Amino acid sequence: MNQENLLVGLAGVLAAAAPIIFAVLGETFSERAGVINLSMNGTILLSAMGGFAVAYNTDSILLGFLAGMLIGALVALVVAFASITLKQSQVAVGFVLALTCRDLAYFLGNPYMGQAGPRLQALPIPVLSDIPIIGSLFFRQEAITYISFIAIYLAWLWIFRTRPGLMLQGIGEKPAAAFIRGANVNLMRYVYTVIGGALIGLAGPTYSLAIRAGWMGTISGLDGIGWIALSITIFGGWNPSRAAFGAYLFALLQWLGLVLQPVLTQVPSQVLQVAPFPLMILTLLLVNIGNAEWVERALAAMPETTRKFLSKLLRAMRASPPAALGVPFERD
Amino acid sequence: MNVELKNIHKHFGNVHANKGINLNIPSGTIQGILGENGAGKSTLMKILSGFIQADSGSEIILDGKSVTIDSPADAIHHGVGMLHQDPLDFPPMKVLDNFILGRFTGGLFPNRKEATQDFNLLAKEFDFSFDPESYVDSLTVGERQQLEIMRLLWLGARVLILDEPTTGISASQKSKLFSTLKKLPEQAMTIIFVSHKLEDVESLCDQVAVLQAGELVGEMKPPFNTSKLVEMMFGKVVTLGERQPVLTNETMLELKNVSLEDVRLKIKNVDLNLCAGEVIGLAGMEGSGQGMFIRACAGLVRPVGGRVKLKGQDLTGKSYHAYKNAGVNFLPAARLEEGLVPGLSLTDHFVLAEQPKGIFIDRVAGQNLAEDRIKSFNIRGTPLSMVESLSGGNQQRAELALLQDPLSLVLLEHPTRGLDIESVIYIWSKLKERCRQGASIIFISSDLEEILQYSDRVLVFFSGKVSPPIDAATTSVEQLGQLIGGKGWPEKGGSHA
Repeated sequence: MNQENLLVGLAGVLAAAAPIIFAVLGETFSERAGVINLSMNGTILLSAMGGFAVAYNTDSILLGFLAGMLIGALVALVVAFASITLKQSQVAVGFVLALTCRDLAYFLGNPYMGQAGPRLQALPIPVLSDIPIIGSLFFRQEAITYISFIAIYLAWLWIFRTRPGLMLQGIGEKPAAAFIRGANVNLMRYVYTVIGGALIGLAGPTYSLAIRAGWMGTISGLDGIGWIALSITIFGGWNPSRAAFGAYLFALLQWLGLVLQPVLTQVPSQVLQVAPFPLMILTLLLVNIGNAEWVERALAAMPETTRKFLSKLLRAMRASPPAALGVPFERD
Repeated sequence: MNVELKNIHKHFGNVHANKGINLNIPSGTIQGILGENGAGKSTLMKILSGFIQADSGSEIILDGKSVTIDSPADAIHHGVGMLHQDPLDFPPMKVLDNFILGRFTGGLFPNRKEATQDFNLLAKEFDFSFDPESYVDSLTVGERQQLEIMRLLWLGARVLILDEPTTGISASQKSKLFSTLKKLPEQAMTIIFVSHKLEDVESLCDQVAVLQAGELVGEMKPPFNTSKLVEMMFGKVVTLGERQPVLTNETMLELKNVSLEDVRLKIKNVDLNLCAGEVIGLAGMEGSGQGMFIRACAGLVRPVGGRVKLKGQDLTGKSYHAYKNAGVNFLPAARLEEGLVPGLSLTDHFVLAEQPKGIFIDRVAGQNLAEDRIKSFNIRGTPLSMVESLSGGNQQRAELALLQDPLSLVLLEHPTRGLDIESVIYIWSKLKERCRQGASIIFISSDLEEILQYSDRVLVFFSGKVSPPIDAATTSVEQLGQLIGGKGWPEKGGSHA
């Protein structure tokens, strides 16, 4: 493979990760506030279909993206209402919504199957795109990919550096403690779940209006992405930068699966297609290895300097979920 | 800050938790609030700290101004801060983040530099040592309390409420806490110290108010008269019922040098010989170790040292089932959570308890069994009644009806809590019947009258310390009350032994 092809491929990886990043960031906000939005897989499909349909009918790509976000927000509102106000099981509600939205997308999307619609064009950034290697890697992308770069940073900044973000961490961790510090816990949970839903809803049109333009129904290949995004959220330790890393890793593994197919002819192509999934799980296990008791015991036996370095590393890698995830808050 | 509580009433449904409490706390005072579990202390403090609102007609006056406090955040705006028993902080966060969180001044991005400066200044003032960049979960409970106190002061608290702050912290941390608290009134701070530990209250407070059954029954200033305080806390002196001496001298349960441990408490080297037919009552404030002790007797908690023998058989470290097969039954306090299975009928329970053979249930036999037990235990319910639909007294009767027969040792946690007097008498008559058949009983109760009335000997628990067995016939509510409040223990101070 020559350098140019490699660069194009890697740039494609960055673009392919964009929708996963939106979904993962959305889920991260929602779960940070304590609400699991399990509907993600269905939401992505429904917003992909809805976004395409709106863009097709109005001929406006912007309206298509907004429609996707609106769909995501509405589905999230159902999750929020059921779990926060009605105090129902978030898992049950989310799961049913995931299935419902998926089938709704296939059903409502029938008229748009295989239609040629509007598609987001690449937007090379002047000057920057001329920088060798970096330019073609980062700055000849579509607008939505640039937005995904910025979104990672903003989400990280919000959660870890701002006052409301700090409170968001508190709400998911110990709502009672956030409450005595003045937070309106349930209102904030609504807000973050709905905003998170809108971000998840942005993932759909990113597929149907950009990287896999069009609506192909059951063969769109989008089914399952939501579940992966869910596991990347966990793998990312509810941290936008780590979650983004997970999304890029997954996109990279998928691309490698495609690229290696002609090279590794003796390996069945199905193996390469499926490989990213178990690899993700392995990484997930490795990242959270610091939680295991035997690791702690093994560490205790090591010399002081090694132990200190390793335990610091493991502490940094370790991710524990927001303690109040999935638990309704009641004032006293 | 002057705090005046006027005519505070609070109802929870039918329960009248605070009955017209009037209390005046002048600025610069350390006010102690004493009372048993359920006396209404926490309700009163939750009202003052904005967690709940008092009934209409109640009035809170701060520095002469009548205020309404809607929420804990509102309370802190009024200068009232509360340190909760379990610190309400965020363990996975950094100390500094935890410190900043909740202070809503200074725009979107908190000024970390300024906060660090304030933090270090406050820490220096109180002689605390913290690394603001370390994580909260690496701190001890005592340090987390210190952190909360600093935070509340930084937020501008002029009144500090402390709810049982000395539970779960070490002795050195306690003396540090007390010296910190004693400094605060010099700055016109008002401290409200809620506790059931007489010793703590007496060594710290400038005045004490005692709550009993939702009413303020008395106030006292130093020098404190301990026996008077105990009397106010626990009410009238009890008259004892008839007592039958334990006839046998056969040992049922033998504890030798038993030590127990959990995250909060350590119980060290307990020796006990329990005779067949004897009843031992365990007294103490909730969480003083008696729950762990009774679970160790049931085989649910494994002792870290010592031996447990039942009728000469060594059961140390054996499973709960080994204990059960040896004739030990345990009825926990949470009837529906741990004792019975909600969603199953009385018949189902009896069928389960009788350990049927085979796969299929003999419905008719089960029904007959249930009818039989319902009759002999006077349970108000039918064989098909779901256990959760029964009243508390009837649930307890059902649990008694489920006990194995014959039995060696019955362990009960709050056997009559929340029951009407008729059920109490009935349940104890059934238990005493077991004793006459040779079973021994160990029970936990927070009702001292019940302990004195029904036990032969009493063990008092205080922060993991266990008293030697006290003969119930010769002790008094007052003596027990003092021990429960941490007074008169031989190893400690020794002024009151």
